[in-house]
Amino acid sequence: MHPAPSVILFTTFSGMGFGLLFWLGIDATAPTGWVAFAFFAIAYIMAVGGLLASTFHLGHPERFLKAFSQWRSSWLSREGICAVATLLLMAAYGAGLVFLGTQWSILGWLGAIGALLTVFTTSMIYAQMNTVPRWKHWTTPALFLVLSIAGGALLSGRVSTAIPLLVIAGALQAFAWFHGDGRFNASGTTLKSATGLGHIGDVRAFEPPHTGTNYLMKEFIHVVGRKHAMNIRILALVLGFVVPVLLLLIAQGHVLGLIAVVSHIIGILALRWLFFAQAEHVVGLYYGQR
Amino acid sequence: MTTLPPPSAKKLGLVIDLDTCVGCHACVISCKGWNTENYGAPLSDQNAYSGTASGTFLNRVHSYEVQPPVLKDQPAAPAQLIHFPKSCLHCEDAPCVTVCPTGASYKRVEDGIVLVNEQDCIGCGLCAWACPYGARELDAKEGVMKKCTLCVDRIYNENLPEEDRQPACVRTCPAGARHFGDLGDENSDVSILVAERGGFDLMPEQGTKPVNKYLPPRPKDVEPEFDILAPYLEPIAEDGKGFVGWLDKALSALPGGAK
Repeated sequence: MHPAPSVILFTTFSGMGFGLLFWLGIDATAPTGWVAFAFFAIAYIMAVGGLLASTFHLGHPERFLKAFSQWRSSWLSREGICAVATLLLMAAYGAGLVFLGTQWSILGWLGAIGALLTVFTTSMIYAQMNTVPRWKHWTTPALFLVLSIAGGALLSGRVSTAIPLLVIAGALQAFAWFHGDGRFNASGTTLKSATGLGHIGDVRAFEPPHTGTNYLMKEFIHVVGRKHAMNIRILALVLGFVVPVLLLLIAQGHVLGLIAVVSHIIGILALRWLFFAQAEHVVGLYYGQR
Repeated sequence: MTTLPPPSAKKLGLVIDLDTCVGCHACVISCKGWNTENYGAPLSDQNAYSGTASGTFLNRVHSYEVQPPVLKDQPAAPAQLIHFPKSCLHCEDAPCVTVCPTGASYKRVEDGIVLVNEQDCIGCGLCAWACPYGARELDAKEGVMKKCTLCVDRIYNENLPEEDRQPACVRTCPAGARHFGDLGDENSDVSILVAERGGFDLMPEQGTKPVNKYLPPRPKDVEPEFDILAPYLEPIAEDGKGFVGWLDKALSALPGGAK
């Protein structure tokens, strides 16, 4: 799949932003006043900024309101509804904390559930794809959720919670990579089943339909950079999980915390790039490519 | 509404004969022509007169080489070149429809044709992700999803002569490799064709239940042990006269000489 920057930015920053909203929502001793304002501002900049980035790849972003209509069947539609509902709920909850110094816990809990649902619905957009065997697995929603709440814990300064969550997220990511590598071959979709010609013999793509490229090849067949995948995996694990955990273990303080957050974000951007770049769509088979 | 309707009794679709297709791409051109001038946004091209040309097509013809396995005690069968037109299969369980967030994609209740309402399409591309066949292409100029309409503006069009009321690709195919009809009716010509020739689904394991069917290439004739033309092609030098005649006899007289 083509690793579109808009979608990588969206899943990374919105994931962390909604993760932070989750922790703010369930916090029994939530901050108030200016401290609350700072936390909510960070969460909203990340969540809303990510959502806005995701509209950049649309052909007709001005028609976005229509996308809220098909929640019965479409995970993308459900995601839009969950995101807006969560942002509205948390805005009311946050206003109470910032301006009135009162905590409407029920709103917070509803918003926290909404934040998790938003991340889950995002992940299901990918996990529902039969056409991309690497994504069609329980590890996809599990990873999106764990990465989101781990990033949120890191952002909200919950050191003792963030450390185990980051360790779990890193381990789960490593497992997802390892297991995902074999899933295309295990899916049973081959050039033989794609053409139905396997009963005659070995099938080889002889001539593509045209000499140039097309939308399908640009969108679904991404080979550039896959050769660096192993290095990027190591980079993502080190920056995304190892460095932040070590920094949290060594010492505390805002400067080290900021370094841990920046390192984590770079790591997540790298692994999200891989999430798309390494995802192989079955339509590539028709072109003799993956 | 992007939830799928219950399966329709009428299932309009194509049957493509891989035995007959000669790979001329006439269906590709007639499709692009008709669908650029008619239903919906035109099918645009980008940098059409350069080395980096690309464009939107609703139908594309691939070519595959199939190498039969080498069996014991038999000469290797020659590889077969099979031309393979591919467009929307109008799946009964169309994954492209259910993923659409706006309701722009839908499957028609009356005949099962899968269409895009371009006024509602936000161009998110998710339906193209969900399609295993590469049947949908986002038009780079219009920003909306384009796909085969089964020429819905021809097949019911009473302004056209009756013989033209079929998809442009079917109408134009010079080899008779494309057939259009109701695959929901088991007595229709196309259903009989599928039954007799062993028509099959593409990627059945994807669970999309395509309506369009493909007919396999017929088995190749087994080569006879001898070339039936060989007796007629053997050199004849019986009436050789003069120097050539003497040379023929002299060479034949040598040990191991022919005849």
